Amino acid sequence: MTAASSSSPAARADFWAGVRAELPILLGVTPFGMIYGVLAVKAGLPAAAAQAMSSIVFAGSSQFMAVQLISTATPVVVIILSILVINLRHALYSASIAPYLHGLSRAWKVVLAYLLTDEAYAVAITLYQKKGVIPGSPWFLLGAGLALWTDWQLSTAVGIFLGAQIPAAWSLDFTLALTFIALVIPNLRDRPSTLAALSAGVTAVLAHGLPYKLGLLLAALVGILVGLWNERR
Amino acid sequence: MERTAVNGNLWWILILGGALTFLIRLSFIALQGRWQPPELLQRALRYVPPAVLSAIILPEMLMPQGSLQIGAENLRLWAGLAAMWVAWRTRNILLTIAAGMAVLYLLQWLF
Repeated sequence: MTAASSSSPAARADFWAGVRAELPILLGVTPFGMIYGVLAVKAGLPAAAAQAMSSIVFAGSSQFMAVQLISTATPVVVIILSILVINLRHALYSASIAPYLHGLSRAWKVVLAYLLTDEAYAVAITLYQKKGVIPGSPWFLLGAGLALWTDWQLSTAVGIFLGAQIPAAWSLDFTLALTFIALVIPNLRDRPSTLAALSAGVTAVLAHGLPYKLGLLLAALVGILVGLWNERR
Repeated sequence: MERTAVNGNLWWILILGGALTFLIRLSFIALQGRWQPPELLQRALRYVPPAVLSAIILPEMLMPQGSLQIGAENLRLWAGLAAMWVAWRTRNILLTIAAGMAVLYLLQWLF
């Protein structure tokens, strides 16, 4: 399979179909990006770095976590390791979407890999599983990915601007925990994942005194093992 | 602007964190399906988000000042529990954040 050329109307239609499929998701992503911008500024990041993180790392949860770790003066190596761990799940997306992007040029693969966020993956895989490999497959993902990318950069910028105006007394740092609650709780639909979350949380509290914030990585490991262990019962 | 200890290394975090994230996303797309992750690894990765995010949530709720605080005086604990309930019932990110902040502000105003 080769990608349709950009001038073909079919390619353009698939690109815009991707953009449209992404739009409802942006409703939830926009405030998330704004809160990230606010928290990043509140954590002491210069505006340029806060914005650059949104375009270089481009992965919401890990950006929130990195900002929190930066504000508590965590060692750089631990912060990078934490970003790595929390973004490892993208390997699953990469594996599951690879068959639909077979035979593309290297440039296509690089661009689509960069744009492979939770949200772009979600709409693309839904279409691919319904329709199989179509010539417009990469264009659809490109549209969805670019829609999300644009929204994420803009909402980050708005958040950075707002963050500079909001007084610390508003306890806005708490929105980080609240955002994570909103991301985790609805997905605790079975016993193993619930126990993974609980055990990781408790481990993090108990291991809070460990140096270099290693409690976070230890907690992740405990949570994964507890989840796996409970699948077999 | 307040300076933090890692400020000087901020760009390392951005560049290495970004490069690693990109390589993870590229991994299997570049391999063209020549290698699929082992099944155990696939299952293990499913637990990464709930585990890591909970490991941030619970300390934020239970130890807002850095030490364990389980009782009525810990307002963030109650606001967090309220948010959990709203998240469970509505699955809506915005409502969850709004409810948690509303409860926190209400409690701060009451006590």
